[in-house]
Amino acid sequence: MSMLKHLAAGAAVIALTATAWAQTPQTPKFGQPIAPADLAPWDISIGPDGAGLPPGRGTAAQGEAIYAAKCQACHGEKAAGRPNDALVGGKGSLEAGKTPQKTVGSYWPYATTLFDYIRRAMPFQDSKSLTNDEVYAVSAYILNLNEIIGKDDVLDAQSLPKVRMPNRDGFIPFPRSPK
Amino acid sequence: MKRKSDQTLPTVEPAAGNGILNRRIFLEGALVAGATGAGLASAAAEPLPVPPWMKVPGANFAPYGQPSQFESKVVRAIAPPANPATQGIGTARTPLHLLEGMMTPSGLHFERSHSGIPNIDPDQHRLVIHGLVKQPLVFTLEALSRYPMTSRIAFVECAGNSGALNAPQPQALNVPAIHGLLSCSEWTGVKLSTLLDEAGVEPSARWLIAEGADSASMSRSVPLAKAMDDALICIYQNGEHVRPSNGYPVRLLLPGFEGNMNVKWLRRLKLTAEPAMTKDETSKYTVLLKDEKAWQFVFPLEVKSVITRPSPGLALKGPGFYEISGLAWSGNGSIRQVEVSADGGQSWAPAALSGPILPKAPVRFRTPWQWNGGPVVLQSRATDDTGMVQPSRAAFIAERGLRGQYHFNAIQSWRIDEKGEAANVYA
Repeated sequence: MSMLKHLAAGAAVIALTATAWAQTPQTPKFGQPIAPADLAPWDISIGPDGAGLPPGRGTAAQGEAIYAAKCQACHGEKAAGRPNDALVGGKGSLEAGKTPQKTVGSYWPYATTLFDYIRRAMPFQDSKSLTNDEVYAVSAYILNLNEIIGKDDVLDAQSLPKVRMPNRDGFIPFPRSPK
Repeated sequence: MKRKSDQTLPTVEPAAGNGILNRRIFLEGALVAGATGAGLASAAAEPLPVPPWMKVPGANFAPYGQPSQFESKVVRAIAPPANPATQGIGTARTPLHLLEGMMTPSGLHFERSHSGIPNIDPDQHRLVIHGLVKQPLVFTLEALSRYPMTSRIAFVECAGNSGALNAPQPQALNVPAIHGLLSCSEWTGVKLSTLLDEAGVEPSARWLIAEGADSASMSRSVPLAKAMDDALICIYQNGEHVRPSNGYPVRLLLPGFEGNMNVKWLRRLKLTAEPAMTKDETSKYTVLLKDEKAWQFVFPLEVKSVITRPSPGLALKGPGFYEISGLAWSGNGSIRQVEVSADGGQSWAPAALSGPILPKAPVRFRTPWQWNGGPVVLQSRATDDTGMVQPSRAAFIAERGLRGQYHFNAIQSWRIDEKGEAANVYA
């Protein structure tokens, strides 16, 4: 029952109402309802199952030019790194005793993460500026450099979540997580 | 006041090797009797002139106070960016060795950012709660400010803090360079559970994805249980609005959980059945073990401590009495005990803890120490109220190796040489 209804209930029940209010405290409700369609532009989350992936498509062949123009200055030729993170290589470097080289190819467990991160955060100086087609194409280019997909394989909302990353089973739960 | 060297003082028995004294001298007011002879106070002081600032009026009032000009070295340590074209990726580290007590001044709170500090107009900022809820909701800052507020003192620590100690050989680094991604504030805001109850969480929800309004829209998946437990939507830090570098106008606080999850510039919380597997919970902030496997979702920062004084750069000025001072904290609860050793862990004595002792907040510990001028190795070892003891370096390495990068919490060793200089060593 809302507070307004309580007030409308009349003087005879004021004492009883005050008691009930004290016993069942209610928090104020200052959130404004919004329809899911009206917040859709904000909902850029993508799940590992592909939920949230937008329409669009791209291949590594298409992504190569986009990469060279918008990514290479920081991530190096063919995504080999320098001055910023390498996105390719490191295969086998997670093995015991070796110095790990964590790249998209050697470490990332889900290909959906690649699309999600590029779309929200890259290019660094102009984030959220790529079209969905461009994000699919650049993602395909990086996956192809890592020899995970073919040069002409089409990435879209259906195919991207099916890409099996080499380190997909590389993660285990922390043994001392709080209940 | 003049202290005579021949004055009779109660003798304090050593509590552990190499001059560690009983912490009770803080409680009983006893002083150290001359184990190594006269201290600093034994020579007569010079006559006292009246200083010039006592003869003219002082400065006028300032709208916002600043530290003394003589404290200009007490600033955050900022490493130059690896790539000047991508400024805003990196850290500003708290100068813990130059601070005392448990609180961090807001301007010295550490910062770890992935795409710089956004300049957010609070009137235009919105927080959205949606996904597996009965009613998606939008909150303005004005609306959030009208809810009942909660205040608590809590540390925030980057999961990468102390990561320099993963290096196979000890690096010549000081406290901020190794441990400066730890800070403590009083945080005030709205309990997240209040807002989630208002939106109505669907029974199938297990996680929520927290997202910032920065250029990278940094996002992390948070267990719903933590959100309903003690998560806070923070508007205030140490009494004033949260600083831009710490998430203005609103940030998420998950007490005790790794800093990266305490999403700054919070703009969206999406309830889901499964984690999103974002970049920062897969490619980063996972702990690679000795074999190919990595721990994922390592949330609480486990029990840890560090001696902040003496420490590298803060040289001792000759043999005599010193106070060993440091911080201890646990993301799983309150600090129950801190022990200090001056002989590399062969013998330990309990330190005095300066209250308040609060869960998921740092505690200042202090130990009286009589340095005889010889080389020593200082260590501190914390225990929290879950019974977890800070591991030795050997025990830490035995469990996970040195490839984990994140969540390093083994014991720090400072070697003090005959000159009184301190250095990071492995012992």
